[in-house]
Amino acid sequence: MADLRCEIAGIKAPNPFWLASAPPTDKAYNVERAFKAGWGGAVWKTLGEDPPIVNTTSRYGAVAVNGQRMVGFNNIELITDRPLDVNLMEIKQIKRDWPDRAVLVSLMVPCEEAPWKKILAAVEDTGADGVELNFGCPHGMSERGMGSAVGQVPEYVEMVTRWCKAATRMPVFVKLTPNVTNIQAPARAAKAGGADAVSLINTVNSIVSVDLDSMAPTPTVDGKGSHGGYCGPAVKPIALHLVAQIARDPECAGMAISGIGGIETWRDSAEFIALGSHGIQVCTGAMHYGFKIVDDMIDGLNNWMDGKGYRRLADFHGAALANLVDWQDLNINAELVARIDQDKCIKCGLCHIACQDTAHQAIAVSGRGPARRFETIDAECVGCNLCAHVCPVEDCIAMTPVDNGKPYMNWTQDPRNPHASAAE
Amino acid sequence: MADIQAGRLSSAELAENFADVHRPLDRAGALAEANRCYFCFEAPCVDACPTGIDIPGFIRAIATDNLGGAALTILKENIFGGSCARVCPTDILCQGACVRNVDGDGPLAIGLLQRHATDHLDPSVAHPFARAPETGKAVAVVGAGPAGLSCSHALARRGHNVVVFEARGKPGGLNEFGIAAYKLPDDFAQREVAFITAIGGIEIRYDQQAALDRLRQEFDAVFLGLGQGGVRDLDLPGADLQGVQNAVDYIAELRQADDLASLPIGASVVVIGGGNTAIDIAVQAKRLGAEDVTIAYRRGPEQMGATPHEQAFAQTNGVRIKHWLQPLRLEGDGGAVQAALFTSAQNGAEQSIPCDMVFKAVGQTCLPMADDDLQLADGRIAVDQDGRTSLPDVWAGGDCVAGEDLTVQAVQDGKRAARAIDLYLQDKKG
Ligand SMILES: Cc1cc2nc3c(=O)[nH]c(=O)nc-3n(C[C@H](O)[C@H](O)[C@H](O)COP(=O)(O)OP(=O)(O)OC[C@H]3O[C@@H](n4cnc5c(N)ncnc54)[C@H](O)[C@@H]3O)c2cc1C
Ligand SMILES: Cc1cc2nc3c(=O)[nH]c(=O)nc-3n(C[C@H](O)[C@H](O)[C@@H](O)COP(=O)(O)O)c2cc1C
Ligand code: SF4
Ligand code: SF4
Ligand code: SF4
Repeated sequence: MADLRCEIAGIKAPNPFWLASAPPTDKAYNVERAFKAGWGGAVWKTLGEDPPIVNTTSRYGAVAVNGQRMVGFNNIELITDRPLDVNLMEIKQIKRDWPDRAVLVSLMVPCEEAPWKKILAAVEDTGADGVELNFGCPHGMSERGMGSAVGQVPEYVEMVTRWCKAATRMPVFVKLTPNVTNIQAPARAAKAGGADAVSLINTVNSIVSVDLDSMAPTPTVDGKGSHGGYCGPAVKPIALHLVAQIARDPECAGMAISGIGGIETWRDSAEFIALGSHGIQVCTGAMHYGFKIVDDMIDGLNNWMDGKGYRRLADFHGAALANLVDWQDLNINAELVARIDQDKCIKCGLCHIACQDTAHQAIAVSGRGPARRFETIDAECVGCNLCAHVCPVEDCIAMTPVDNGKPYMNWTQDPRNPHASAAE
Repeated sequence: MADIQAGRLSSAELAENFADVHRPLDRAGALAEANRCYFCFEAPCVDACPTGIDIPGFIRAIATDNLGGAALTILKENIFGGSCARVCPTDILCQGACVRNVDGDGPLAIGLLQRHATDHLDPSVAHPFARAPETGKAVAVVGAGPAGLSCSHALARRGHNVVVFEARGKPGGLNEFGIAAYKLPDDFAQREVAFITAIGGIEIRYDQQAALDRLRQEFDAVFLGLGQGGVRDLDLPGADLQGVQNAVDYIAELRQADDLASLPIGASVVVIGGGNTAIDIAVQAKRLGAEDVTIAYRRGPEQMGATPHEQAFAQTNGVRIKHWLQPLRLEGDGGAVQAALFTSAQNGAEQSIPCDMVFKAVGQTCLPMADDDLQLADGRIAVDQDGRTSLPDVWAGGDCVAGEDLTVQAVQDGKRAARAIDLYLQDKKG
């Protein structure tokens, strides 16, 4: 049994699986159920100033791909719609009842020092482990000068973070918006402001679909739609990229990372940790399937770690970062060629037509009926991988290394590069 | 005394037994199934459909909610796409060739998807195909079955006028008189014919016994879609006993019955034969309330004309299939059949199966038109690649020519002949 305990910015939890600030952490009832189910921590649904905001109906949109529901999910919800004192009371009760779990409180108030000071004092009183500054919400609140309207301006990020650090002894997490051209700018600003950790990503600006009958974007509120925030499995690649960009940035070193975005399984979680996350947070996965998914996240991560001989999270934390390089550092001389396993091939022809129409005309077809056969033309195959991706049969097309006897050479050393520095 | 009775089951039971054998897909089911299709390159399923429907094309259209487009993709190649979706033995055709047989998940339900798409076509809106400008040519088509009507529709589309001569009082051929009732329930066959002829330029004349030489004089070309009007005889002692019948005649009666409870059926029934007709009569007898139904076939399961799927279907319907039984004679008492006697083709032993009714399902034969001088091959009308007979202005297709006796093949034969007839008419001046 591996040790799944995690510690981020001094906050301890029995496992790295936390619920992100969202409807699953909206009130004591939900968080209680989540902790009973086994979640290691929860970031409370964002609190704001009273009077509470008001939400619309409906609020959610979703993308289904080939029958798979909620591959992408989007919302136009705002922060908590319950009074501040009710939330604070419930947070206090939860932290008292579940001392071993991480309880963070997400906050969003106007961009002035006084309101931040005031709410931080109130949160401190609950005994919560830390706070997360919501600089990420891309809809509704940003129109009011909060959320991503702050997160998109590094100077504001630094300023508010500094106010908060000065006002509280609690660890401060800064939640970043992905809706920026360079994530390192707000991350560095958070660091400069004294943040203990960054959490990312918040949702991506989006319109999930247009209802072609009513000619309105979805979700639709009385015939109108709005820009919403996109999340769910579809955004995981974006989140991994942004997490890794911060993890690779020497200027952000020392700041912890709480990875969020499309995580639904132990494998997703392990990938985030391998790219530098210290823990992870989940929203859509829980909203889709309920809290029980944490069972397999815990069990699966345990089994995988045991199999790999990792005893604690630190053993593989950031392990994939060493293999993440800039494009110019990749080995230009490495060569792969597609190999089709004729025993597995079901002769659907997808590899052929994909290569023929859109790649390098490197898969030849011969025969008809049961005698149909698909074979790589080695001389034409550039090893791009397209066929292996379109092939519906697992492990039928293997991208096989070619021993060309050539040594490592990257683009900066390649004589074909007009700006190459001559290889030694 | 032979136990032959009508109304063995209640009307409600009969209604259930003869309702649609396959439940149609709903939208969610169709989408889920359509999304399983790999959209294969030069898909093997297309090669295996006698009419060459662009199967991945129409399945993709279903997946994108383009049901109208899906229906047209099907009907463009197969105007009987609706009935073929219900009657094709897909396990030996399109679905049998689907690559997903190999990768474990099972083939696409192509027949059900085809039905989903064609059912979507609203018969109250205009016919989806337009006719080319009138050519002034007239073609006679004999037989209003799938072959004849497929040919008629394709000719009408090309601007020719068609007169169909049909011997019976109703169109549809075996879709109306032969296919098992639960495969084409209600008045589907008639609705489909109405849809096909709605293109215009097709006149059907009923109760006709036209002579070929007259037709050749009066029309620019002739297509024969005669089907197989004759039944192969089973020359057995006792074959004239009461209770011994041809399966196809009984099925025709069943298909035309207003009230299934009025059909007399034996308590014990023996079916002699091994093709799909044998399966159909056996299952329908069972569903009418026969208590004990046995199919006796003279050879083994591999030699049966009935597809493996059909054999399994009969068995799940409670029909017993006995192999290697060579019929010897039928025995009766007071003129009514009481038992069928067989010798085992394996050990020569005699076996008697007591029964109240015997159905002969040993195959049909082609009855060429009276007084014609068409060349035959193996008892059917001899044709070339395009379906042209030994007479230069006469084409033929469907069950009356060599090839698989399937609705979808008849449709293809008619379509292919229409193409050839059109070229012939273009060449023929005046
Ligand atoms: C019991 C049974 C079950 C079957 N089940 C299936 C099945 O499940 N799936 C499948 O694919 N196929 C099935 N078939 C086969 C299928 O029905 C035929 O292959 C198909 O109907 C052939 O079409 P056709 O147009 O050639 O002939 P038919 O459908 O037989 O049509 C011929 C038409 O021509 C008319 N005609 C004949 N001679 C003359 C004449 N001299 N003058 C005027 N009119 C004439 C007839 O009255 C008839 O209307 C079945 C056949 C039978 C007998
Ligand atoms: C002369 C003759 C006799 C037949 N007798 C039988 C028979 O006794 N039992 C039977 O099951 N089928 C009999 N058949 C029919 C065929 O076997 C089968 O049902 C048919 O439809 C063609 O398929 P086949 O290739 O198996 O013969 C007979 C066919 C012929 C030509
Ligand atoms: S895509 Fe895969 S299964 Fe299909 S033909 Fe190519 S190698 Fe075979
Ligand atoms: S017509 Fe018949 S064989 Fe052709 S695709 Fe449709 S169901 Fe399959
Ligand atoms: S063979 Fe099967 S998977 Fe391939 S196109 Fe045809 S139906 Fe689709």
